[in-house]
Amino acid sequence: MTVDKVLDAKGLACPMPIVKTKKAINELESGQVLEVHSTDKGAKNDLTAWAKSSGHEFLKHEEENDVLKFWIKKG
Amino acid sequence: MSEKKKTTIVLFSGDYDKAMAAYIIANGAAAYDHEVTIFHTFWGLNALRKDEQIEVKKGFMEKMFGKMMPRGADKMGLSRMNFAGFGPKMIKDVMKKHNAMSLPQLIEMAQEQEVKLVACTMTMDLLGLQQEELLENIEYAGVAAYLADAEDGNVNLFI
Repeated sequence: MTVDKVLDAKGLACPMPIVKTKKAINELESGQVLEVHSTDKGAKNDLTAWAKSSGHEFLKHEEENDVLKFWIKKG
Repeated sequence: MSEKKKTTIVLFSGDYDKAMAAYIIANGAAAYDHEVTIFHTFWGLNALRKDEQIEVKKGFMEKMFGKMMPRGADKMGLSRMNFAGFGPKMIKDVMKKHNAMSLPQLIEMAQEQEVKLVACTMTMDLLGLQQEELLENIEYAGVAAYLADAEDGNVNLFI
């Protein structure tokens, strides 16, 4: 999987991870992949719901030392 | 692309915590690509006040109202545990620790995301607030304009 952009949203609280993710994905072309790093515990549910509603594809997530990583493909 | 969904929020409350909730939802909805409107009425209008004193012509009652109400979002009190102003100080400290955005920052972010901020003109008259005293780039309207947005709104909240 090629990652086209990485967004560091670590330390940010609600609603910033989702606001920043939206801004970052606006800068991508359809089919490109965004990687998001967050420390917000609600981010997984937030990003999956947001991706589904906004027509993007939530590819996968990983957890690494309290940092949540997400990969979203722009729809 | 299909037509955008709409979120409308009536911000009636002048409490810092409730206004925070309203603005967090508004920013979230804007990230959801909704067209977002916040209609400020009664005490909620204080969220739109500039923090400095603006010279405008006012009657006695209007002047009193102006002095008694918080001048701007940052000066609003909490709906619970206000403790004569200590509550907001404590919560702002905690917010900083958790990296949460302050209310003025949330309002700025909402404007950046093109959330439509509307001030209710009827209650502006009641509370003696004038356009010069409120933030730039907001709209002025009444119940009909709110309903026009709300009737095809997917999310409509009263806070």
